[in-house]
Amino acid sequence: MSSPDLGESSGLSSAAEGTPDRRRAWLSESSATEGLSFWLVGFFLLVVMPLLNVLPATDSWLHVSDFTLNRFGKFLAYAILALGIDLIWGYTGILSLGHGVFFGLGAYAVGMHLMLSIGTESVYGSALPDFMVWNQVKELPLFWKPFYSFGFAVAAAILVPTLFATIFGFLAFRSRIRGVYFAIITQALALSAWLVFNRNETNLGGTNGLTDFKTILGFRLSDPGMQRTLYVLTVLSLGAAYLLCRWIIRSRTGKVLVAIRDSEQRVLFSGYSPANYKLFVFVVSAALAGLAGALYVPQVGIITPSQIGVLPSLEMVIWVAVGGRGTLAGAVIGAVGVNWARSILTNSFPDLWPFFLGGLFVAVVLLVPEGCVGLVRKLSGNWFARRAQPGQTAGGFGVGASVKRGLR
Amino acid sequence: MTERGSIIYLEDVTVDFDGFKALRNLNFFVDYHELRVVIGPNGAGKTTLLDVISGKVKPVSGRVVFGKDTDLIPLREHEIATLGVGRKFQTPTVYTNLTVWENLDLSLRRSSKGVFATLVSTLTPAEVGKVFATMETIGLAEKAGVPAGSLSHGEKQWLEIGMVLLQDPVLLLVDEPVAGMTDQETEQTGQLLQSLADRHSIIVIEHDMEFVRQLARTVTVLHEGTVLCEGSVEKIQADPRVVEIYLGRQKEQKETSAAAH
Repeated sequence: MSSPDLGESSGLSSAAEGTPDRRRAWLSESSATEGLSFWLVGFFLLVVMPLLNVLPATDSWLHVSDFTLNRFGKFLAYAILALGIDLIWGYTGILSLGHGVFFGLGAYAVGMHLMLSIGTESVYGSALPDFMVWNQVKELPLFWKPFYSFGFAVAAAILVPTLFATIFGFLAFRSRIRGVYFAIITQALALSAWLVFNRNETNLGGTNGLTDFKTILGFRLSDPGMQRTLYVLTVLSLGAAYLLCRWIIRSRTGKVLVAIRDSEQRVLFSGYSPANYKLFVFVVSAALAGLAGALYVPQVGIITPSQIGVLPSLEMVIWVAVGGRGTLAGAVIGAVGVNWARSILTNSFPDLWPFFLGGLFVAVVLLVPEGCVGLVRKLSGNWFARRAQPGQTAGGFGVGASVKRGLR
Repeated sequence: MTERGSIIYLEDVTVDFDGFKALRNLNFFVDYHELRVVIGPNGAGKTTLLDVISGKVKPVSGRVVFGKDTDLIPLREHEIATLGVGRKFQTPTVYTNLTVWENLDLSLRRSSKGVFATLVSTLTPAEVGKVFATMETIGLAEKAGVPAGSLSHGEKQWLEIGMVLLQDPVLLLVDEPVAGMTDQETEQTGQLLQSLADRHSIIVIEHDMEFVRQLARTVTVLHEGTVLCEGSVEKIQADPRVVEIYLGRQKEQKETSAAAH
């Protein structure tokens, strides 16, 4: 052990020498694989799926039906939300059981615009939404009026959850509410949001929510071309959300997030304010949830309080657990996989779904705590072990990348 | 900041945990470039003293002054850390899922540790050199890419010391650094702390009298939240009151354990 020398004598040359070439090679290989999968999956979802919907004859086995494409649009919207939950739970270790609320705020914002676009095509033929006529509301409530504008509705779908998460997160993290207390308080948030949206007095459709949408920007929502457009828009948004999350995770801020999960105390005494970092990741994940809600509503055609309450919020966390928390791919795989399984199972055995979901969660927690991605890694463990240092996670990166970035 | 007078100055500090006074009317100061060892029996308030300086615990009365005239009482932990107070915890506190390199990198002193500055921050070659030099110092240069979770206990202790050093602190607070270390590691840690005293002020809390003798600096004895006495190792070991609180306590323990049997 040499005497402490914090000077800069070693400098650059030792930085380059200190990087084992072997590890550097593995690193670039792993990010190359990741980049390749990103473009392959992106190409498949963005180009192949819509083409298979349009080109082959409807009876061909290659044909992707309008129904399937639309269903995938919904799954991929959920995947955007799952990315946000993975950021806050998988990476930062903060369990939020209230992300259904942010999803709901985004969904209702766009839903309100779609409601107003129905115009006099509604059942009662009034310019007011049907449920208002039913509830004998004579005049459009003031807070509905800006939602005539499509641009306002889309902006609100992201900004309202952002603002809400900022206020809620600021108060919670400033008071150093963490761990199970944060989980409980966010669950209470989900419950109270559910109660508020359920009330007819809130003027948001009550239990039945917002539905019966006809048009978006003048185009019929029932038109397969419109649904295809929405699907493509969802894929593009998911790609952008993925890149955003990857950028955050790979930055030094991303490392601080993982550090907060490992030892918040050390982070605090290293001069970082954990509260600010938590607030940041909470707000980003809320904005992603709002975006997901905005894309969900025109594709699914309905939003009700039962889709945003306590149970859906819990289910969202399960998607990420099943896919593999702490990996971005895991969040996407979990959201699509679980929802796909759900749509198959609820068709054939509608009563069994809750048991299946619960069983799946228990099985994941007990058997593969790192989810599908962790399982795949374990199975290909030998392959990794030959190339990587023991215990090196593919999600992080070693000295090579840090140095490379530093020398840039 | 002039390098004269005290680096940290506690005046009449009282800490109250729901009626239990962990510190009572404590007066304590440490000079620049001083290596001070604080000893005392369990519950004497040693860790609370570090908690007060680093902002983790707020006193109900008294003054805590850092450097010339910086009042630490209204500041939060990370703000105090930014001022140049580094803290090494008793149990190794490192980021187990990050590599040794990333652990050190995050601890580097930076002009801003805000979310957005950190999002786009990069390392300068000088900082890279600093991290490498620290890895040499703490003997972990070969393990740069290894997750900190797979290090041994002693290595984790050293890693945390390295992390605190990279913060470039003016005042270093070290809580029982050699707990759980081998004899050889203990000796190396002692040498490291002594060599650091040239550039930093250090407060070390320690139980191990052997280790205290090795450091051989001014020792402060805390008892029931106040300073019992202060001086060289020889002086405090000769002090009957010190013998009393250590031996008396041992006698009590023997008695209670005898009574239990």
